[in-house]
Amino acid sequence: MTGTGRDTIYALSSGSPPAAVAIVRISGPAALVALQQLTDIAPALPRHARLATLRHPVGGEALDRALVLHFTGPDSATGEDVAELHLHGGRAVIASVLAALCSIDGLRPAEAGEFTRRSFENGRVDLAEAEGLADLLLAETESQRRAALALAGGSVSHLVEDWQRRVLALAADVEACLDFSDEGDVAEGLPSSWHEELARLAEEMGSLLSRPAIERLRDGLRVSIAGPPNAGKSSLLNALAGREAAIISDIAGTTRDLIEAPTAIGGAPFLLIDTAGLRDGADEIEAIGISRTRLSLEQADIILWLGAPCDCPDPPRSIIVQAKADLNPRIDARADIRVSAVTGQNMGKLIELLIARAEGLLPKEGEVAINARHQAAIQEARSFLDDTKSAPDLLIVAESLRLCRVALDKVTGRAGVEDMLDALFGRFCIGK
Amino acid sequence: MLSEFDVIVVGGGHAGCEAAAAAARMGVRTALLSFARDSIGAMSCNPAIGGLGKGHLVREVDAFDGIIGRATDEAGIHYRMLNASKGAAVQGPRVQADRRRYKLAIHRLLDEQADLDIVEGEAAALRLEGRQVTGVVLADGRVLRSRAVILATGTFLGGKLHFGMRNCPGGRVGERSATALAYQLRDLQLPLARLKTGTPPRLDGRTIDWAALERQPSDDEGWTMSPMSEGRLAPQLFCAITRTNARTHQIIRDSLHRSPLFAGEITGVGPRYCPSIEDKVHRFGDREGHQIFLEPEGADDFTVYPNGISTSLPEDVQLDMVRSMPGLTRAEILQAGYAVEYDHVDPRILEPTLAVRDVQGLYLAGQINGTTGYEEAAAQGLVAGLNAAAAISDRDPVILDRSLSYIGVMMDDLVLQGVTEPYRMLTARAEYRLRLRADNAETRLTPLAIETGCVSGPRRLHFQATQAARMRIEGLLTSQLPAEALRGVGADVRGDGRRSLADWLRFPELDGRKLKALVPELEVESRFLLEQVVQDHRYAPYVARQQSEIARLRKDEAIRIPRDLDFSRVPGLSTEMVERLHAARPASLGAAGRVRGITPAALAAILVHARRVAA
Repeated sequence: MTGTGRDTIYALSSGSPPAAVAIVRISGPAALVALQQLTDIAPALPRHARLATLRHPVGGEALDRALVLHFTGPDSATGEDVAELHLHGGRAVIASVLAALCSIDGLRPAEAGEFTRRSFENGRVDLAEAEGLADLLLAETESQRRAALALAGGSVSHLVEDWQRRVLALAADVEACLDFSDEGDVAEGLPSSWHEELARLAEEMGSLLSRPAIERLRDGLRVSIAGPPNAGKSSLLNALAGREAAIISDIAGTTRDLIEAPTAIGGAPFLLIDTAGLRDGADEIEAIGISRTRLSLEQADIILWLGAPCDCPDPPRSIIVQAKADLNPRIDARADIRVSAVTGQNMGKLIELLIARAEGLLPKEGEVAINARHQAAIQEARSFLDDTKSAPDLLIVAESLRLCRVALDKVTGRAGVEDMLDALFGRFCIGK
Repeated sequence: MLSEFDVIVVGGGHAGCEAAAAAARMGVRTALLSFARDSIGAMSCNPAIGGLGKGHLVREVDAFDGIIGRATDEAGIHYRMLNASKGAAVQGPRVQADRRRYKLAIHRLLDEQADLDIVEGEAAALRLEGRQVTGVVLADGRVLRSRAVILATGTFLGGKLHFGMRNCPGGRVGERSATALAYQLRDLQLPLARLKTGTPPRLDGRTIDWAALERQPSDDEGWTMSPMSEGRLAPQLFCAITRTNARTHQIIRDSLHRSPLFAGEITGVGPRYCPSIEDKVHRFGDREGHQIFLEPEGADDFTVYPNGISTSLPEDVQLDMVRSMPGLTRAEILQAGYAVEYDHVDPRILEPTLAVRDVQGLYLAGQINGTTGYEEAAAQGLVAGLNAAAAISDRDPVILDRSLSYIGVMMDDLVLQGVTEPYRMLTARAEYRLRLRADNAETRLTPLAIETGCVSGPRRLHFQATQAARMRIEGLLTSQLPAEALRGVGADVRGDGRRSLADWLRFPELDGRKLKALVPELEVESRFLLEQVVQDHRYAPYVARQQSEIARLRKDEAIRIPRDLDFSRVPGLSTEMVERLHAARPASLGAAGRVRGITPAALAAILVHARRVAA
């Protein structure tokens, strides 16, 4: 153990094997020593990748031919010395390297979120940035990665800091009225410019709130496929997902529970949801499925409605699909599209429609996206701004502005530090 | 005369008097040491006590059975409730006191106090054994032994007076400066910094044309600073208001080169919120004029204090300036205004008890800690007196929470943030001010005071009676009434249905007067107490909302940071953060989070580091 008294931690920090490449990351005071014990080559400059044969430090048997590099603290992701091993991504290779690391003194496997927690403790990232990293690590598609980068780069923090500064300025005007009214040099009331600035702030917050949440990038847009039994919902799901995610049969009521199929269409993430057909008089189990369907429809971003157009539960959110076009030649003019999952008729057009809807619902590239926690905090901040309008006296105006600041603090992490950390770091998967 | 005490208080200003009285109330043998008996209890600056934030402090000190509130009522010649329309919690009682009567009242209260001796003499040095204080050595060679010493020496440390470009050592006009003691504090390596403050010229009231001026009478609401006072005993006077004008400002601008402030003679930092008139004219040049309050200093005294023209300009300029204002064209100056520069100790070396962290038995209170104002001084005197007494009698320290009192806010601010300008209480400093009203100070704090053991019999009885009355009122407020009943007495509430009267009080349309119309039994209760209860219910929803925030604060407060934690070893902290944390030595994570510039990331790092060290 070295001077700082910290363990050196390691973990597989790339996705689950097998994969082409697997990255094992080691962070802590013994990281560089460990690297040296594993490799047979002389130490190189930091940030320079080299090819090396990894050997077990005790037995000496060769483990893998790998790309290795290191970063010296504090100029590393965690602020500590960090070594990275880019291995061939087979399970056996990874397991043998992790076992070798375990045999080195002072090293132990990382706990969930421990790498990011160390970055955070070492001041490498602030809370909003740390959450961006969390999202980044979960990101699977290209656009997710970019939006997560915007958050990690601090764009939410910058925006919120600007609001904090301006709310503080508004509060200062109120405080002047409260604390210096006896000095004669402070006006009795608040000028109209004060109310205008307050309205401007509320509007800016509202405009950020109306943007899609970053979770949509991570979890995918929720597309519920719904309609009466036997309408062809499961076939459509399978055709869109490109795999047999749902069981198909001609028996009405085959799908009794929700079936979720995450899929990427045109680079955008979707969560396709097959639902139980909506009908009366179903048995008890199917009835549960139907009530889940209704819940799913409430939460859906897009509904693919396969029933009669006049029964569509929420037309603005829906694409009305006339399915089984191969079996049913009659054209319903009220449907948005006629498709056949069997012949593939118009499936390309349906995908285009979905992508077009997705564009409106997902954060644009380069746009500031917020996650649910930020959204709740900013929502709260804005409602406190609104409270000032109905405040019975100036004291309550000041209190509302104080609470507005506390709410904004939650985004950048001032309040309730410990709770926040626990909640935040609990979300991390190991080694990220 | 005794030469051995438990606690010696050096200095007879507002901090010193309150400290001595508090220590003696705790039952330890106390000496109040002053240059001259006659200067004890002097109001050295303006004749007003209280105000916004400050009135809260006076009421809080009074709730601990302190003396400032009662003395103020004995001497009060003008009462005003500030912010009457802006919400109960920010209403600040302000009283102008007759200087002579105030001093007499303080002398009487100190004389009546058991276990308290007044010693006349000059404190030459602290008696020290290593870093343990064992008493005070007087200039005439006498030695007073004690187990604790409270220094409440005001601006006497390194004091320097500026009259225009002329300056001389001293704390106040006509008094000596305690320079020898200052050297000793330097030797103890207490960190000192320099501040400045100023006073306006005093005018001869007989030369003011009062008839030409707008009058401001004392209010007739009948309230007092202390609930123990029997009412307003002194004759009530009026104040008057005049204004500076373009000509006043020109006179000042033409003479700025003769102001020590602008000529670079004064290096100390003055308060931003109470600038000298030359500062105001210089910084807010676009303003057409500034209000000046003409405040009589006493009922049988013709001295008038022109509040708002503190200055260090030369006397001839002061006279021109004064005479340029309405009502003052023939005014005479009795005592020219001047600026004072002085040393203060960086209060971050103090515990929240006001004990110096590494000098055993030494306490500092008042202006020496970088504060300004009688009320701030008195509150610190109270804290130092209670704690010095508690420490030597092995009782728990008396530490007030910032969510429960303005005193707690001030202590926390001083020992964590230090001061960059003379510290003055503002309601804005108290984030939980909704519950910290001036009118509920007794309810909030007297139970704690009783527990601490600093409350006299009469006060305790008064408190018990008040509590009983409060229970009666609360009982009457539980009755359920329909909205129509309220409308019947003119309370045009928007809501409907039946609610308890306590609930109805959330509607501003229902006030104390209408409440009495609904419940005649309330007629016999004190209107001040009734108003307090009304305000409790009026703000109840807002106060309740703060509760979870306060619970979180307490949770962070409960995470202790080891005393010897080396902040420089916490990874990721900037040099500036390390310096601030080392200076303030926060005892808890909550306190660390309040140190200026400490970011959430830094706090997380401190938390984890502290845990690792503890593990």
